[in-house]
Amino acid sequence: MTAGNTPIVAVDRAVAAYADRPVLRAVSLRVYAGEVVAVLGANGSGKSTLIRAALGLVPLSAGTVRLFDTPLRRFRQWRRIGYVPQRVGAGSGVPATASEVVAAGRLARRGFPRPARNADRAAVTGALAAVGLADRVGDPVGTLSGGQQQRTLIARALAGQPELLVLDEPTAGVDAASQQAFADALQAFVDGGGTVLLVAHELGPLQRLISRAVVLHDGGIVHEGPVPEPAGHHADPTHDHVHPHGPVEKPGLWSGP
Amino acid sequence: MTIFEYDFMIRALMAALITGLTAPALGIYLVQRRMSLIGDGIGHVALTGVGIGLLTGNSPVLAAVVVAAMGAIAVELIRQRGRTSGDIALAILFYGGIAGGVFLVGLASDKSNANLMAYLFGSPLSASRDDLVVMGVLGAGVLAVTVLLRPWLFAICHDEEYAKVSGLPVRTLNLLIAVATAVTVTVAMRAVGLLLVSALMVVPVAAAQQLTRGFRSTMHAAMGIGVLAAALGIWISGTAGAQGTAPGATIVLVAIGLFLAATVGAAGWRFLRRRTGAALGRLGGERAAPVEIEPPDVVLDR
Repeated sequence: MTAGNTPIVAVDRAVAAYADRPVLRAVSLRVYAGEVVAVLGANGSGKSTLIRAALGLVPLSAGTVRLFDTPLRRFRQWRRIGYVPQRVGAGSGVPATASEVVAAGRLARRGFPRPARNADRAAVTGALAAVGLADRVGDPVGTLSGGQQQRTLIARALAGQPELLVLDEPTAGVDAASQQAFADALQAFVDGGGTVLLVAHELGPLQRLISRAVVLHDGGIVHEGPVPEPAGHHADPTHDHVHPHGPVEKPGLWSGP
Repeated sequence: MTIFEYDFMIRALMAALITGLTAPALGIYLVQRRMSLIGDGIGHVALTGVGIGLLTGNSPVLAAVVVAAMGAIAVELIRQRGRTSGDIALAILFYGGIAGGVFLVGLASDKSNANLMAYLFGSPLSASRDDLVVMGVLGAGVLAVTVLLRPWLFAICHDEEYAKVSGLPVRTLNLLIAVATAVTVTVAMRAVGLLLVSALMVVPVAAAQQLTRGFRSTMHAAMGIGVLAAALGIWISGTAGAQGTAPGATIVLVAIGLFLAATVGAAGWRFLRRRTGAALGRLGGERAAPVEIEPPDVVLDR
């Protein structure tokens, strides 16, 4: 594990735009080993774009990205990173079992044409157990609930035994039971020395894990430090933070940038 | 089964079996990507290859492989751009392919009509020993790629961005699928014809996924259904009517019949299980109790 002061993720003055609309305006972000960094912000603030750019999924028009002290362009040690995308495409045209989806997370470690070994199979079962889905191994992903599908994607990232987990909105639209199972899995990962970079709309049971929060607004960082206190009616102790748009929001609204 | 006393019927059967085995093995990846109709388009493009082959005196099959592979790579490049104008580009490519093919085949031969029909709708009865060798070699290549590389191809078809972040050679694997699609189209050309190729890539997969729960089991079931449809189709086409029926069309109709049977069977099975589950629930309860009650949440299954 990289020790000392070398950041695991180093984004420097990143600029990105979709068509003509600027999404990131010279944003810099550093994540050090052992940290749990939450990137917070409203929809459209650029938070998802920031971490997708850090992984090379969104091209930057200016700025640099280094992963594990290697420029992104030359970075090849992808097995050190576990990525959890927003939960779209968990169900696909052809049925796939939870263990088949999670096994895809093992490929980075397996090497290109090598057949699966016992260690690979054990990692898949272990990862599904870690997110509390040990009894759903053979079930088609399409029959799982939204929260369970999300947990499957987290298990997929964990199966590769990464050093850094990057999660895009892991708790969006996820039921309370799944949020708790997810927070427990993340806690175990952090206790094992892992580093986490996650994007969230709201933190829920994850809040106690976060070591640093970065708040984005309109493509720029407006706060960096401890998790900000809820403001306005969100601060009300009886506010249960269930967004009225949550349960009825149409699929697809989360799939945007 | 007396029709299989004839050598040409045996060869027709083998041609159909090779197609029935390989087409769904590749088709499952296209279905997973929701690109079921791409096989049809590549079939259109392959006809231009056939025309070039006939016109230049080369093997139409090999020319079709080359032209179809170029078409498939073009489709893949258009897909990577992933914008709406790609739709129009595909249409131009596909119809250009079939129009060019019809044009060139017409230039190449004075008995072009029979020739053209054979390539468009298949003519397994005229398959020669050499044809079978070519089909066998190409089919084995497709099977090697689709079966041995299943975990990697599954990963890129299931979630391409995730595969990228896993460091998989996504671009290479995509081109491999494109080329394998082109080869499959040419393999199937002899048995079911270029216009019906896509049916054998897609319909067995659609039938299989009525019955299966996982990707691997779907793939194996689809290959089994493809083989069954091919064998039954050749047999029916050889025995039905006085002159027999068109083998390619018969195979496809049998595959669709199997799809309908699988759909009805799966629905009936679910209905029966629910009925017996409810009955058990009235009797004692333990077995029929729901396994896990979750709070309602949003299911984003697209």
